Amino acid sequence: MARKVTAFRVGALILGFIFLYGPILSLIVYSFNKSRLVTVWGGFSTQWYGRLFQNQQILDAAWLSLKVAALNATGAVILGTLAGTALARFGKFKGRALLSSMTTAPLVMPEVITGLSLLLLFVAMEQLFGWPKGRGFTTITIAHITLTLAYVTVIVQSRLATLDDSLEEAAMDLGARPGKVFFVITLPIIAPALVSGWLLSFTISLDDLVITSFVSGPGSSTLPMVIFSKVRLGVSPDINALATIMVLLVTIGVIIAGILMARQEKRRQRDMQLAAGATLK
Amino acid sequence: MSARAEVPHLQRRSVGVHLLLRFLENLPPYRWTRSRLVHWGVTGRTAVIAVPYLWLLLFFLIPFVIVLKIGFSETQIALPPYQPLFAWTQEKILQIKLNVGNFLYLVEDSLYWRAYLNSLKIAAVSTILCLLIGYPIAYAIARADTTWRNILLMMVILPFWTSFLLRVYAWIGILKNNGLINNFLVWLGVVDEPLVMLQTDFAIYVGIVYSYLPFMILPLYTSLEKMDLTLLEAAADLGSRPYKAFLQITLPLSIQGIVAGSLLVFIPAVGEFVIPALLGGPEQLMIGKVLWTEFFSNRDWPVASAVAIALLMLLLIPIALLQRAQAAEARGT
Repeated sequence: MARKVTAFRVGALILGFIFLYGPILSLIVYSFNKSRLVTVWGGFSTQWYGRLFQNQQILDAAWLSLKVAALNATGAVILGTLAGTALARFGKFKGRALLSSMTTAPLVMPEVITGLSLLLLFVAMEQLFGWPKGRGFTTITIAHITLTLAYVTVIVQSRLATLDDSLEEAAMDLGARPGKVFFVITLPIIAPALVSGWLLSFTISLDDLVITSFVSGPGSSTLPMVIFSKVRLGVSPDINALATIMVLLVTIGVIIAGILMARQEKRRQRDMQLAAGATLK
Repeated sequence: MSARAEVPHLQRRSVGVHLLLRFLENLPPYRWTRSRLVHWGVTGRTAVIAVPYLWLLLFFLIPFVIVLKIGFSETQIALPPYQPLFAWTQEKILQIKLNVGNFLYLVEDSLYWRAYLNSLKIAAVSTILCLLIGYPIAYAIARADTTWRNILLMMVILPFWTSFLLRVYAWIGILKNNGLINNFLVWLGVVDEPLVMLQTDFAIYVGIVYSYLPFMILPLYTSLEKMDLTLLEAAADLGSRPYKAFLQITLPLSIQGIVAGSLLVFIPAVGEFVIPALLGGPEQLMIGKVLWTEFFSNRDWPVASAVAIALLMLLLIPIALLQRAQAAEARGT
């Protein structure tokens, strides 16, 4: 009986992961296909990678996307940390419920609604105050921050909720000001959560098509917009090459993050042992 | 004890942070700003709340008010392409022109009705498919060894980090007439003519299930993992068959995960644009695609806003349910 159950579980996992990873693998395999037809194998070739790096439109779009993503991630981490701290540490305050729902709503709001509403806001603001002038880098970044700060808030809030606040209280008792306690004690402890929040915001921004299409203007096409306009007409082998490069970068990033986290965990455990030893003496 | 335990590895870094803060605190701009803020009665606490609050008010809440406003205004050929809702007449009387025409238009034209109903149907079916596929996976992960569990979870989350757009694009190559599946079936000799899969409802289901599966698996895993396994042992000892124990114990205990996961899939799926645009054909009407066309092709901002308001109304109840489910989970009940 037990063996049958295990076979079922292993089967579910294997089929599940084939479903999740098969399409990504097919993208990678066919990026080395010589044939223009993408899914008809015509021999091994790396020509599409060469084509990719000659395509000025894709390179420009990638550069714009990277700039937006980096600025967005930084802004989202700052605002998300403030919101997460307020929600997790400040107890009850006026308007807490509103802040809480405003930070979680963008997570599930259909992107067409968020995108349309932000565009209408930017248009209205330009009419009233003359800012932002036109649409492009600034409006895309603001829109992305609004979306991704929700993710950072959730991450920071749940990290702080599981964190023992006795250290913060001890520092407070010893006369440290709240701001200082935050920078010297809280921030270093939640730093890994902030790093993952930054990376998540970065990838979401790099990938967003719908909101970006609404709030971008002529001459400011991001990478997903260029990809979308190309693949709308069907498969295109240089997009496979681009996908392979992106998958490779993400994999490298995840491996590095995994190693760093494992190292930090080891150090933390060693420190715990040292501290425990010191207490015993 | 736990407080002391975390101190040593912090010490090294905190000296640097301390010196940096000391330096910044003594800079004139900082001191001036601080004295002004204290003078106005603004504390650090207020500032921490106010900054994200104002940002979200300005860039999240106010935009909805504007959408509401423009949904009620008339279309005109100009830039921006809508008439103002409020206008001062010559007698300096505030005139408000509420135009419900856009909403009447949505009700009258069957295109919108069909798009709404079709979006609901596609989202509902995809949610059920996600649940049926995601449950066994979440169950298998939750019952795996502790060492395996984290690796498997990581593997579920990993595809989420690669581009959503490119993952949807991958299915074009798999589903199209001379794509992977058809090539394989023809090679096997199962079919003579390639099956038409791209540009059908089937392709949209595959795309949504594929893209949103992690959103279903993670909450299911969370509720299955914290389940008390001795309950199942007790049931087995008392002679209950495994499938009965599953239906009477495991399933009811994971209901929170089922609700949260289903809502996390259903809500974004209703307004999905990328998947129907890439994998569906012109026949597959979904409301996200209609809104997009209304806005980008027809340049009819008021109708696009009206579509957005109607879509939001449709999703208000599921979103409220989701927030309640998440609040319940945060309380740990």
